[in-house]
Amino acid sequence: MNDSIKEKSLLWIEDVYKIYGDKVVLDDIDLAVAEGEIVTVVGPSGCGKSTLLRLILGQEFPTRGTILIEGKPIGFADPTRGIVYQRYSLFRHRTVLGNVLEGPRLSLPFLERRKRKKELIDEAKHFLEKVHLASDFDKYPYELSGGMRQRVAIAQSLIMKPKILLMDEPFGALDPSTRQSMQLFLLELWEELGMTIFFVTHDLEEAVFLGTRIVVLSHQYLDDRGEHSHVKRGAKIIADHPLSASAKSVDAKKTAQFGELIEEVRLEVDVRHKKHVKDFNLKHPFSWRTVQEDELRPDVTTTYDS
Amino acid sequence: MKKIPIFFGLHAQPGLKFSVVLALVPFIILISVYLIASDHRHRKNPNDKLLPTITKMYDAMKRAAFVEHKRTGKYQLWSDTGNSLRRLGIGLGAAAICGMLLGLNLGLMPGINALGRPFITFVSIIPPLSILPILFITFGVDELAKVVLIFIGTFPFITRDIYLEVKKIPKEQIIKALTLGASQFAVAYRVVVPQIIPKLIDTIRLNMGPAWLFLIASEAIAATAGLGYRIFLVRRYLAMDTIIPYVLWIVLIGFTVDWSLRKTIQWKYSWYLESEV
Repeated sequence: MNDSIKEKSLLWIEDVYKIYGDKVVLDDIDLAVAEGEIVTVVGPSGCGKSTLLRLILGQEFPTRGTILIEGKPIGFADPTRGIVYQRYSLFRHRTVLGNVLEGPRLSLPFLERRKRKKELIDEAKHFLEKVHLASDFDKYPYELSGGMRQRVAIAQSLIMKPKILLMDEPFGALDPSTRQSMQLFLLELWEELGMTIFFVTHDLEEAVFLGTRIVVLSHQYLDDRGEHSHVKRGAKIIADHPLSASAKSVDAKKTAQFGELIEEVRLEVDVRHKKHVKDFNLKHPFSWRTVQEDELRPDVTTTYDS
Repeated sequence: MKKIPIFFGLHAQPGLKFSVVLALVPFIILISVYLIASDHRHRKNPNDKLLPTITKMYDAMKRAAFVEHKRTGKYQLWSDTGNSLRRLGIGLGAAAICGMLLGLNLGLMPGINALGRPFITFVSIIPPLSILPILFITFGVDELAKVVLIFIGTFPFITRDIYLEVKKIPKEQIIKALTLGASQFAVAYRVVVPQIIPKLIDTIRLNMGPAWLFLIASEAIAATAGLGYRIFLVRRYLAMDTIIPYVLWIVLIGFTVDWSLRKTIQWKYSWYLESEV
């Protein structure tokens, strides 16, 4: 079962732990992601969402476990993964066009980038048109609004055609209306290009609206490891739902179904409704996990306080 | 609402024209005091050397700038200026290049940082003038010792400034460059270097002061030409009519260099003045 998922998935995360000194941040994470999905990751603040993203990116390294992209172990950060951060994605000494061109410029040898200069500029302009910034090509990042900067950052990443685009709360610093238009913009772009996106956010509405799949990461759960001092728990994936991938407009946010989904996820994150490892809501077809023996013992029965 | 003061207090708004007037005030006072004192002394003794009149200084400078020296056949002011600027340029230039390369690598590469930073801290605490005798003994009293003094005096501070500037570049930018296909070499020299060039210009500007200090100190001790050499040479004859214009000349050179470096940053690196990314 797992092997067939593994074969079909673009990103494969198996038994990944991230431990800083005494603190377990990520506790046995298993995740498979198929090509073309928008995986949104939510969870309470400090639960390790961004840590997981940085592990996939190669900015940090797992304490234990395996991360594969197309079956190959990932190394340090490289062009197989694109990244859009909340801030600092752009090079302040380059214009908008320069920022988008930076990828081809940095990755090609000197002579080739000289020879293909015109072609590269055309390609960069093509991407700038896609993100509706063609007329601002000669501005510097400090002259742009927050939403424009993020659109440049997206174009800058996409020109490298990464296998997976990682986004770490990319719209977190934007005002609500810009944020909404950026969400629609990202969906449009995704429908056109079909890229795989791994999107970390703390906004449930954003996660449910954007995702084709939502993953909930949390350290609020129960298991059978007991309350010994040597047991250090970290965040696990406590829920994993498929979401409808149909074309969306802002109206989708007004439907009852949308509200119910958000409510469902909100309950999963809620501290007062901790779930036991055996009861995690892992409905997504690509969801799989390994459970350690001591986390789930048949002789222990869990009762929930209601 | 009370009237907004134009000069006194926290809330003063001097305005552009009045600011220019205010800026001129200290200069006018200095020049007036000098002229009065000079005139006063010349009434008592027409050959006074301590506070020469403007005419005397003008004559001395005309001789220095436009009359060939009898023995050497050179124009004294220009040969002094040329010699000094060459020493300054080589010393400070070498310090800038080495400081940038070292600061860059200290800031980016944790291994190099562990290797080099304690040593750089040690070197930066040595008072450069205290090792001037060592330099003269080691490199002789020729050009090399002077250039090395300027180098040693400015290099650690340029290195430290560049190091701090590189440290300020967010980790995200380095990772971003790697995801755009940059090699480690490209990250250092094609992503980070262009971002620290304006800081380098700025730190050169700030190190001009110390560089002049070391230049004049070393020229005062052993040289055959140079602005500092000349000032200390003519001191023996109390030739204030040469010393004062020479000092003003140094100020003018210093100001011009400072101004052109500042303008370069404004013209070519407008993004540097806007710190927000």
